[in-house]
Amino acid sequence: MDVLINLGYLVAAVLFILGVKGLTSPKTAVNGNRMSASAMLIAIIAALLDSNVITYEYILLGVLIGGAIGAFIAKKVAMTDMPEMVATLNGIGGGASLLVAAANYLESQKLAEVGQFAVTYDWSVAVILSILIGAVTLTGSFVAVGKLKGKIGDSNKVSLYKWIVKLCFLTLIAGAVYFTQFSQLNSDLLIIGLIFVCLILGVCLVMPIGGADMPVVVSLLNSYSGLAGAAAGFVLGNNGLIIVGSLVGASGIILTSIMCKAMNRSLTNVLFGGSMSAQSGVTKSENDAFYEGKVKFSNPDELAMLLESAQKVVLVPGYGLAVAQAQHATRELANMLEKNGTEVKYAIHPVAGRMPGHMNVLLAEAEVPYDQLVDMDTINPEFSQTDVAIVLGANDVVNPGAAEDPNSPIFGMPILNVHNAKTVVVVKRGLSPGFAGIPNELFIRDNALMVTGDAKKVLQDTIGALKDL
Amino acid sequence: MEMFIMSLTIFVLAIFVGVEVINKVPPTLHTPLMSGTNAISGIVVVGAIISSGGSDHTTVLSTVLGVIAIALATINIVAGYMVTDRMLNMFKRK
Repeated sequence: MDVLINLGYLVAAVLFILGVKGLTSPKTAVNGNRMSASAMLIAIIAALLDSNVITYEYILLGVLIGGAIGAFIAKKVAMTDMPEMVATLNGIGGGASLLVAAANYLESQKLAEVGQFAVTYDWSVAVILSILIGAVTLTGSFVAVGKLKGKIGDSNKVSLYKWIVKLCFLTLIAGAVYFTQFSQLNSDLLIIGLIFVCLILGVCLVMPIGGADMPVVVSLLNSYSGLAGAAAGFVLGNNGLIIVGSLVGASGIILTSIMCKAMNRSLTNVLFGGSMSAQSGVTKSENDAFYEGKVKFSNPDELAMLLESAQKVVLVPGYGLAVAQAQHATRELANMLEKNGTEVKYAIHPVAGRMPGHMNVLLAEAEVPYDQLVDMDTINPEFSQTDVAIVLGANDVVNPGAAEDPNSPIFGMPILNVHNAKTVVVVKRGLSPGFAGIPNELFIRDNALMVTGDAKKVLQDTIGALKDL
Repeated sequence: MEMFIMSLTIFVLAIFVGVEVINKVPPTLHTPLMSGTNAISGIVVVGAIISSGGSDHTTVLSTVLGVIAIALATINIVAGYMVTDRMLNMFKRK
């Protein structure tokens, strides 16, 4: 039976890998995802055949509760809220791994009493690691959700959190040494204490990170949630868990490094550098003084006239588009322009929005063909032949200071060169700074026009004005 | 220890496979990739099932923890796959 079960895990692992491989193209992605789901089913059946599984009612209970909650969330969540959704699921995954490690610890005590389990050094290390990664992922993710929702602001107590983090690590190391060397099986209180320390650690690791850096944090926690599963695999000696957990771990690591590159920052700087806006951000009066009298304001009617005569228009979506739920209005405007013979493209910055690929999903929801979405390196040379670039709720990713001003805190971050377009129209609710907390020189350039207002409303008004022309 | 080295070998090789495969996922699908891997990380349900299967070495507490772990992992599996499917169908339409 054990051979059969392990073969089941192997088949599942292969299907998971093929499933992820399906995600390399939008055409094969749906089937890839279903392949991955069937792999999950095979893995679950293999687990149910395990000789340790005798009764099924508790399992069924857990599956029913989890399944109902999961289906409800999946149906209800808006595409604009995907970052929060992914962050929540990261946390839940970490929590599940933590509980599996704790349950296994309790069972091992029982098994050792009857002489069926001998404590090994690597088992005890795996228990500690599993608790650490699981607990940090759990609480860290929920702090990240709070930051994504804007309920937890940027903190200026970075040094306090760093101090607590160090203290937690010291306690953890001391506890881990005691646990692995002296008392592996009679340490209920120690384990509870360590879980508690790791939960605090998760909070204090994410608290000092700025809201602007959440795409990195969410990707990193995504990786942790996989590694937590792999660590649980080490505890249970289950290779299926190890393979699949490390697959998720690898995915998160890759996305994290892509996000860091797109912001020209190292991971250490993101994690321990503190919030950018808390350090180099300007005050409200400094911000107002920067723009004072230099911004040219426009309105949807003028925008419509500009667009009417444009040959080539590039739309630059940002987080503001998600907040305003303006993806459908954007698509409608693009359709009108295309009917008019104008070439329309969408420029996607890698960190636009709040998670990797956020803008692509929103525009896909509005049925924008994915081949019209152009990445940064491809679109940048095209801006000089662009008549109108419309920036929809993006800020830092179009700040020319990042390319030209060595004193800018975001200097070196790759940007979309919208300032090279003949005219740049910035649709934004106001002149408040973006995530980096600094003013944007683009807005006072000669070729820039500002249309203030909610992106959806402005776009709808522009569509109306275009119809009247 | 041999068992551990075996597992470690598998772990390291699996990371490499993961990096190779996932590097080829285009940026346009990065959000579905993340929600899809959310679902995959629900694989820990395997461990949770074994913990709450009620054989004689389980205790009341370990069963309770196991059942909660199953519920949490199932949330990830169901929500992850369903929402990924929802998103991917949006990409497929064209």
